[in-house]
Amino acid sequence: MAKNIQSLERAAAMLRLLAGGERRLGLSDIASSLGLAKGTAHGILRTLQAEGFVEQDAASGRYQLGAELLRLGNSYLDIHELRARALVWTDDLARSSGESVYLGVLHQQGVLIVHHVFRPDESRQVLEVGAMHPLHSTALGKVLSAYDPVAHSEVVEVERKEFTPRTITALDDFESVLDLTRARGWAADVEETWDGVASVAAPIHDRRRMPVGAVGITGAVERVCKDGELRNDLIAAVRDCARAVSRDLGAGRF
Amino acid sequence: MTDAHTAGPFIAAIDQGTTSSRCIVFDTDGRIVSVDQREHEQIFPKPGWVEHDAKEIWANVESVVAGAISKAGITSADVKAIGITNQRETTLMWDKNTGEPVHNAIVWQDTRTDALCKELGRNVGQDRFRRETGLPLASYFSGPKVRWLLDNVEGLRERAERGDILFGTMDSWVIWNLTGGVDGGVHVTDVTNASRTMLMNLHDMAWDERILHSMDIPAAVLPEIRSSAEVYGHAKEGVLAGVPVASALGDQQAALFGQTCFAEGEAKSTYGTGTFMLMNTGDKPVNSYNGLLTTVGYRIGDQKPVYALEGSIAVTGSLVQWMRDQMGLINSAAEIETLASSVEDNGGAYFVPAFSGLFAPYWRSDARGVIAGLTRYVTKAHIARAVLEATAWQTREITDAMTKDSGVELSALKVDGGMTSNNLLMQTLSDFLDAPVVRPMVAETTCLGAAYAAGLAVGYWPDTDALRANWRRAAEWTPRMPADQRDREYKSWLKAVERTMGWVEDEDEA
Repeated sequence: MAKNIQSLERAAAMLRLLAGGERRLGLSDIASSLGLAKGTAHGILRTLQAEGFVEQDAASGRYQLGAELLRLGNSYLDIHELRARALVWTDDLARSSGESVYLGVLHQQGVLIVHHVFRPDESRQVLEVGAMHPLHSTALGKVLSAYDPVAHSEVVEVERKEFTPRTITALDDFESVLDLTRARGWAADVEETWDGVASVAAPIHDRRRMPVGAVGITGAVERVCKDGELRNDLIAAVRDCARAVSRDLGAGRF
Repeated sequence: MTDAHTAGPFIAAIDQGTTSSRCIVFDTDGRIVSVDQREHEQIFPKPGWVEHDAKEIWANVESVVAGAISKAGITSADVKAIGITNQRETTLMWDKNTGEPVHNAIVWQDTRTDALCKELGRNVGQDRFRRETGLPLASYFSGPKVRWLLDNVEGLRERAERGDILFGTMDSWVIWNLTGGVDGGVHVTDVTNASRTMLMNLHDMAWDERILHSMDIPAAVLPEIRSSAEVYGHAKEGVLAGVPVASALGDQQAALFGQTCFAEGEAKSTYGTGTFMLMNTGDKPVNSYNGLLTTVGYRIGDQKPVYALEGSIAVTGSLVQWMRDQMGLINSAAEIETLASSVEDNGGAYFVPAFSGLFAPYWRSDARGVIAGLTRYVTKAHIARAVLEATAWQTREITDAMTKDSGVELSALKVDGGMTSNNLLMQTLSDFLDAPVVRPMVAETTCLGAAYAAGLAVGYWPDTDALRANWRRAAEWTPRMPADQRDREYKSWLKAVERTMGWVEDEDEA
């Protein structure tokens, strides 16, 4: 058996020492329990702290297990948590854009709509929470496919149905759409899923920069586009919203 | 949430709440421009006692106002008016010469006046002042808290009778300080806050001398009762110096206003830790024979006052918190929906969270919580579903009581508050009420209501129709449950409620 990496063994020993109940230990206790020089122990603790596995109490200077450890065991983001965090921002996006807002996550081979805000006018609208949208043709689906490797592997295997003459179905063409999406940070769907309907979407990231969902607006192509192009102000509003939700989930500014 | 399209002028709303103070700046569309918030300390001197440090609260209010104005990147010149909304019933007395509170504020949840309320009921009981005030004698309301302070703070009664002491709910405290404090601060309250003191007569909107006499409270301490939307004075110092202070509304009434429930029969329900539902009953106070409160909804300037019926549910969001913190069945409040959605129904289980007795419409302090209908089939997911259903059934009971008292059928329920992000709950609510449930686009209806009232007072908005035009539907849930299923399940719920009653036999424990 190959020799194990010593600093990882030491880090594991520290985590075991801090585990169990609400244990807080000072640097010298940790160092002496594990038979380490203080400087060595401190270096490992600092690294664990930077990764979120250990936290230092500001007042006493003692160390305890960090919240990141809990998240490792329960790492996926609950979709209802995502909706709760997104609520204020998506309302504001609907108001500022004048269009309906959808929040989607990857589910099986499609986009599951987890939140929907009505277009702010007096028209009769039906809540579409729980609906499934296709991955390859919608703006939400393209964003997920571009940023989430799991979504990408699904969309490559799935049958990419031609919903309208504008739907992109060939794999090469689709991959270049995803490249473009990653390059500019947003995706569009101009009459590729439904005739007369256009949408724009951008990715939502969590604190570890993992793509957890996509948010976008959808509306009549005549309103969402101008002179054949998507309106820049709408793209900016969608991206602002995605950033705001990401920040609320703990992602750093970007 | 600022964006480049938002142009001034603006209205600033201050929400002096139970756990924090906030300031939100709104534009003419009722959109949020900026927010600032600060929590204050909850002081628990004894079991059942809850206090706030009023000086800390005022410092926080000053700080969040400055914060929100600075985040919006504007100055006092861009702000047309300041609106106030506040935690209701929380009671403060202070020295008008020094501005020093004579005691911490006694918070609405504080139960120290339980015995005093029983005593004040004499041979009549808790409905002794109901005809005049619309309220039962209960420890929430301010009057008995004032009496407690007069009886328990040394020398206070003498100072009060000399005219050195002012009483106010938090609206009065904030307005008095904003308008100059010891240096000319105005001592006022609005009709909605005054309607929660138990000292105001609902029929003439004036302090009731007979009740003041019964509670032994000197009239000299009382603020002047004004409407909810008029200019009380101008801010004297700080970033908003010179701006008119132009509205005050208790928080639940502010939410009613923010939801633009301006017509008789329109109702809103705010889903937080607890739930408060108010229904506009027009220009007549409706007596409740079904355990609801009669209260003032709002009064705009010298127009007629608008009344409301109020029903509150003590435990709604806090039941979800209990599932998270005490039971450990979920990691976050939002996860209750995930767990509950993993099953099709409640598996026959019903959860009645009568943790501190049953409130409206029963008012039974001898009740305690039960989970009924358990079989081996029931899983934690069914219990999670029963938790959400409990909030929906309790709302149904309140709306039934409102229909009985007012004779008005609920056409749609406007909802706000944190729990409205729970899609399953909102659908269940619509199913149980057999009525559409509608969420507006601005969730911050409390602050928005205060902003609306202040904006009306200074002509920033012309009339309530303009406010209605600002109201936007963000989502709507419509009933999908067959009537026979609803009736059957409601019957089971009512049976479960029955089983909570009479649990506590010793009066002292209840």
